[in-house]
Amino acid sequence: MNQFAIARFLQSYAVLIMVVVLIVVLSTMSDSFLTVRNLLNILNQNAPLAIMASAMTLVIIAGGFDLSVGAIFAMGAVCSAWIALHVNPFLGLALAPLIGLGLGTVNGLVITMLRVHSFLATIATSLIFKGIAIVISDGRLIPVRMAEFTWLGREKIAGVFNAVWIMLIFAVILTFVLNRTTFGRKVFSVGGNEEAAILSGIRTDRIKIATFALAGFAAGLASAIAVSRVSLGQASAGTGMELQAIAAVILGGTSIYGGVGAVWRSVAGVLLLALINNGFNILNADPFYRDLTTGLVILAAIGISAGGKRR
Amino acid sequence: MDSDTSPVPAIRTTNVGVTFGGVPALREVSVDIHRGEIHGLIGENGAGKSTLGKVIGGYHAATSGGMEVFGEPALAWDPPAALARGVAMMHQELQLVPALTVAQNVFLGIEDQNWGMLRPTEADRLRRLMETSGFSLDPHAVVADLSIADQQKIEILRALARDARVIVMDEPTSSLSKDEVTQLHQSMQALRDEGRTVIYVSHFLEDILAVTDRVTVLRDGEHVKTGPTSQETKASLVSAMLGGGKTETPFPQKRPPSDSEIVLDVAGLQSDAGVRNATLTVGRGEIVGLIGLVGSGRSEIARAIVGADPASAGTVSLNGTPYENRSLAVSTERGIVMVPEDRRKHGLVMTLPVRGNMTLPHLTHFSAGGLIRRRLERARVTELIDYFRVRPTAIDGDVSTFSGGNQQKVLIGKWLLENPQVVILDEPSRGVDVGARERIHEAIAEMAAGGAAVLLISSEIEEVLGLAHRAYLVDKGVTVEEIDPNQSDEAGVLSALFAHQASAEIKKAP
Ligand SMILES: Nc1ncnc2c1ncn2[C@@H]1O[C@H](COP(=O)(O)OP(=O)(O)OP(=O)(O)O)[C@@H](O)[C@H]1O
Ligand SMILES: [Mg+2]
Repeated sequence: MNQFAIARFLQSYAVLIMVVVLIVVLSTMSDSFLTVRNLLNILNQNAPLAIMASAMTLVIIAGGFDLSVGAIFAMGAVCSAWIALHVNPFLGLALAPLIGLGLGTVNGLVITMLRVHSFLATIATSLIFKGIAIVISDGRLIPVRMAEFTWLGREKIAGVFNAVWIMLIFAVILTFVLNRTTFGRKVFSVGGNEEAAILSGIRTDRIKIATFALAGFAAGLASAIAVSRVSLGQASAGTGMELQAIAAVILGGTSIYGGVGAVWRSVAGVLLLALINNGFNILNADPFYRDLTTGLVILAAIGISAGGKRR
Repeated sequence: MDSDTSPVPAIRTTNVGVTFGGVPALREVSVDIHRGEIHGLIGENGAGKSTLGKVIGGYHAATSGGMEVFGEPALAWDPPAALARGVAMMHQELQLVPALTVAQNVFLGIEDQNWGMLRPTEADRLRRLMETSGFSLDPHAVVADLSIADQQKIEILRALARDARVIVMDEPTSSLSKDEVTQLHQSMQALRDEGRTVIYVSHFLEDILAVTDRVTVLRDGEHVKTGPTSQETKASLVSAMLGGGKTETPFPQKRPPSDSEIVLDVAGLQSDAGVRNATLTVGRGEIVGLIGLVGSGRSEIARAIVGADPASAGTVSLNGTPYENRSLAVSTERGIVMVPEDRRKHGLVMTLPVRGNMTLPHLTHFSAGGLIRRRLERARVTELIDYFRVRPTAIDGDVSTFSGGNQQKVLIGKWLLENPQVVILDEPSRGVDVGARERIHEAIAEMAAGGAAVLLISSEIEEVLGLAHRAYLVDKGVTVEEIDPNQSDEAGVLSALFAHQASAEIKKAP
């Protein structure tokens, strides 16, 4: 491998390198870290966030930002619990992703029709979505203690939680879509140079709407998993998840300017943030240092990838 | 030897080598550039001209070898250091701050100031600078609103404002009109007569022969020769560049259009972007040229036709049916495509590899059920890379690192994958070398022969005359006259254009 290849490697795998470093460090520091049980737990707990970050990757590659996925998550949680309670638990789970898809489409339409930056538009829609969620739930918790509802978040297939399977399948599908389909190619071109994409006959508005719809779908799907796990719907669910998802995507090396990125790296970004948390828990470390450590690890990852950019 | 005429050269490179990711772009280049000369730098696309210019200007560090500037070694050489020692560079891809004004860009980094506070003297300073250099621009205009030609002038003014003793000009004329080129040449000569040194990179060998004192030829990153221009001819330069006995060939044979059916019919078109009255037709298999001075509104006419700019009046018909509510997406769907003049802004997606760029407008043809047919894509892109001799030949090559001419080849190649119904080419051969130019011309002729209606815009009048069946003269957004390219020559066209301009001014005068 020559110097250039090493640089390239560092740039694209910085987040993975940090994940590996953390795994090594944590497993030397604690016996209970490197157990199948603990690792599966980490994955399970972070599956909803990883699903949202996977879809967010497409939004950011296409040059957008979605600050409303946390609010869509809340809508999904409240609606699926409400429907489960009043109509049918299966329907509640099934509708959450579709509600998310609808809200995401609304985002896309607002952004493309009003020609506002997605950053601003999704701040506004997130307040609206959250407000509706509060109205639907009447500001209260909606408990759903039915096995027909909680299976999704609590049961396992082949020893692995359903949530982990769903996350893996979702990330693999999105990776495939991004790299092998015409839609994926268009997503890259819209974020890379929108004018050139338009001049190439691409209906860039439709592509943007589709990425936001997908992000909404993912948030709905994530909320179904999460609400089924805790068997409780509430309007405050998902608060702050939009920022975590965006942080994970950018930590994974997806360019905030658009045009460049990969889904698996966002999942690795989620994992990196999760490992830090997990480390604090199993080491019983002083949580006062948690933010400090997280910040340092993020800086280290950025440093590695920036080191790769210099020749 | 040259070195005894001027003992201390302005720039001396000794065995300079530059590699990018292990691939050499320059190998052991040793050149002396004398004080007070205009030094031509030529070579094929990707030969390393810009790279050498950037080493001199401090933008690239040499991987090996060394450089002396006015006899002193250039150590810790970066753009600020270069400027401090009087070496300025004008880039091939313009490097201006679009949101700032002309004056702000020219004096960027050397603002008039008192303890960090700006003084409002820039406009005056710029006016004085423009008086001495012969360029004229509105100091308060915002750069984003200016044409490429005007932006290029800003780059020149920027170097002059720094009182540079050595100025590297990388393809400064690629978007200038004939008289602007003449103007630029005069300023170069004025600079030389003041004892300054100009390094002039260009693909226009006539220009190199006309104004340079000495010339350096690069081929594949290697130094071929440096010598007095007076001892060179066009043929000798071409063969040095290409490394064989090859010479430039004339334009491809004009094939008369098979039938006279009109495909594109534009009548009384107007747009707020500066189209005041465009009326033209293009038939099937016909190549029609638009000739005008830079800023005459040729590109704006093209943009109004395809719907990139909204039209305020007039009609566009396609095969006899009116085409209303034009937009780029609909135009592409109906087979009207435009190859834009600004490859960085409108043309290429720099974050996509060559493959992704070339097939972008044709994805439906390279996919089945939404999946990209990668083998087919690779095969076709490989063919095009071969045809245009894109260097490097990687189908997954990172276009953002390609040389200017090679980017242009990718841009043109992208539109030739499929035969469109109407194709509008805006400056198709900007910045490409003789070989690639020939290929592009051949491809344009073939597209027309295949039944496409071609509208060709070029600042090189010869190019339009050589390729087009018919041509329109354009002045201030108006198609003023139709001419027969076979009956016209460059001088005649130019004088006709000036005559139109003059009569328009007389009409305007009270
Ligand atoms: N930043 C970069 N990274 C990788 N390769 C590069 C980079 N810059 C230039 N190159 C490569 O170096 C070679 C020389 O490029 P250069 O831009 O100097 O050519 P040039 O002679 O100016 O060509 P043109 O006439 O097309 O402008 C090309 O093969 C190009 O692809
Ligand atoms: Mg160049």
